[in-house]
Amino acid sequence: MTTAVEEVVTEAPAVEAVPKRAMTLGAGTSLVVLALLVLAPLAVKNFVIFQMTMLLIYGLAVMALNILTGGSGQFSLGQSAFYAVGAYTSAILMETYNVNYVLTLPISGIICFGVGFLFGLPALRLSGVYLALATFALATAMPQLLKLNFLEPWTGGVQGLVVTKPDAPFGLPMSQDMWLYYFTLAITIAIYVAAVNLLRSRSGRAFMAIRDNEIAASAMGVDVALYKTLAFGVSAGITGIAGSLGAIVVQFVAPDSYTITLAIQLFLGMVVGGVGWLPGSIVGAAFIIFVPNMAESVSKGLSGAVFGVLLFIVIYVVPHGARQIAIFGQQMVAKYRKR
Amino acid sequence: MFAEKLKIAALATAAVVLMSGPALAQKKYDTGATDTEIKIGNTMPYSGPASAYGVIGKTEAAYFNKINAEGGINGRKITFISYDDAYSPPKAVEQTRKLVESDEVLLMFNPLGTPSNSAIQKYLNAKKVPQLFVATGASKWNDPKDFPWTMGWQPSYQSEAHIYAKYLLKEKPDAKIGVLFQNDDFGKDYLKGLKDGLGAKASLIMAEESYETSEPSIDNHIVKLKASGADVFISITTPKFAAQAIKKLAEMDWHPLHIVSNVSASVGGVIKPAGFENSQNILSAAYAKDGADSQWDNDPGMKKFYAFLKDYYPDGNRLDGSVVYGYGAAQTMVEVLKQCGDDLTRANVMKQAASLKGFAPDTLLPGITINTSATDFAPIKQLQMMRFKGEKWELFGDIINDELSN
Repeated sequence: MTTAVEEVVTEAPAVEAVPKRAMTLGAGTSLVVLALLVLAPLAVKNFVIFQMTMLLIYGLAVMALNILTGGSGQFSLGQSAFYAVGAYTSAILMETYNVNYVLTLPISGIICFGVGFLFGLPALRLSGVYLALATFALATAMPQLLKLNFLEPWTGGVQGLVVTKPDAPFGLPMSQDMWLYYFTLAITIAIYVAAVNLLRSRSGRAFMAIRDNEIAASAMGVDVALYKTLAFGVSAGITGIAGSLGAIVVQFVAPDSYTITLAIQLFLGMVVGGVGWLPGSIVGAAFIIFVPNMAESVSKGLSGAVFGVLLFIVIYVVPHGARQIAIFGQQMVAKYRKR
Repeated sequence: MFAEKLKIAALATAAVVLMSGPALAQKKYDTGATDTEIKIGNTMPYSGPASAYGVIGKTEAAYFNKINAEGGINGRKITFISYDDAYSPPKAVEQTRKLVESDEVLLMFNPLGTPSNSAIQKYLNAKKVPQLFVATGASKWNDPKDFPWTMGWQPSYQSEAHIYAKYLLKEKPDAKIGVLFQNDDFGKDYLKGLKDGLGAKASLIMAEESYETSEPSIDNHIVKLKASGADVFISITTPKFAAQAIKKLAEMDWHPLHIVSNVSASVGGVIKPAGFENSQNILSAAYAKDGADSQWDNDPGMKKFYAFLKDYYPDGNRLDGSVVYGYGAAQTMVEVLKQCGDDLTRANVMKQAASLKGFAPDTLLPGITINTSATDFAPIKQLQMMRFKGEKWELFGDIINDELSN
């Protein structure tokens, strides 16, 4: 018996806690994607730049959900609420208190981190579908909370708030749209790198241990309660920053912008991009922005149904989302190289 | 001989150049307009929670098809590009930018929803693209000083509320008013109008109850209003809830003076489902004819409307107020473009939109006309009170102009 156990122990190879390939792209691919993201706006119209900016922003929000669900294994249908808090924080600070838009981002991040962390505390007692329902309640409540009478002097109530679009600083010769794109891109890259590092760190391993088996994780000495709430906080904080950027780029916040539909879209983006695969977030974001437009061009009256069919095909053919396609591509390349 | 011919040819050419010279000079275009085409952009909630309003966009598309089939406007065909914004402001911004920057439309016509229009207003005004005849009743669209490129169309909710206030002050000065309102931009704007209209006597409102569109039933709100002792019930509600309220009142045997907002005055959509016997003597105000109302069957304007439905939009339901609405709005748009003549610049479009005088679309009540000026960006300001009798609305009193809105 003992020899058998020893054999198993010795035979098990030292596995890297987070296989790099599983979470991120290789260095070469990353550089190509980065170059594309940097150069593309130089060749397209302002409107397309705006769409690409929205793509990055939704990508950030999807990534935040990915850290929560793919990382720590907790569901959330309430991301729209954190997005709204971030958006409103920026809008109110910029319009009422004349704070510079750049400074509003970290403030939103911190506030949303706090909100997410606090929400994570009661959520500790819930798991799986029950947690999904609790966060769902948060998402449905948020638009109504924003309409409350006593908040109206700040939130503008049902009419929302119009946000002034910032110009490019230092007299840079670029349009507002292009400046905001690069600004968003810089922040997205910074957060992406930070997120990848987080998941590879001790905390990230703790998240994943909890995801894989909560009891085993706590037996190994992981403070389950702390890391679960921490995951909520980090996810909410990033979502809040995405919300802030969204408010600045769209130039408008209103309760109707942040309904449960947004939360479901983000969830959808995560699934389509591949749960737990961070680069997939941007693919997921592209899906939720562009596929409804495509569906509409097929049929106006049945756009919802067309969208449903497309989604069904995606889930059926590639259940692991963009991640599956990426892995397939990688294998093809590897095969080709071997020859 | 050859020289002779050449001379004639030269003369002819000169004549042609001379003749066409002034004509060419008169034709002026901005992006989106050419000798053969006028591009019009629009956003509508074809999907999402407000998708019932998508019918408006479809009606407008059908109406522009009719105009094109009849030869277009001053020889130019209309290309109507309408995108889905799912009633989401960020999506509306994206689609509007696509229309302006990628499809290069001359103007935006009748985009729907107060939040969506608020979201695109600043952008369109900065770009100097007309945002014409927006499909919302908020009062803020009549602001030519700050937003010279934005114009409303229908009477504002506040105007309508002023008219009820005026009526109550005159007919029932000791009214005890109970208000039920929808907790959104529509309900709140309306309530403000009511209070402004009552002025010093705003204290006549003794009970206010708000509901959310997500509530399945509003019965408890009505019970509370009855308990407050109100003898006037003002229902600032959308169709589903207006019908519920009418039924509940009958069920409770409560018979206050009942006023229903124009949004929910549709015979087909509200009164009939709530029951004719429950709806007697309800008051409301209107500016357009109701397609479900038999009194308009022989009206020349409505006959044209029915003929349009038959030939160009057979799927359109004549009982649906949105169809009547889309027809009237599209007709106004066509009138503005006709007035523009060959000067299809964005500035001239706004100028012509702001100089409509006594224009009467087929679907407006007799006597109600559209008037605008450089300082007045509220095309329809008139309404007429009506009372429900038997199976139809009976108009009564004069056509009321709302002075408070200017």
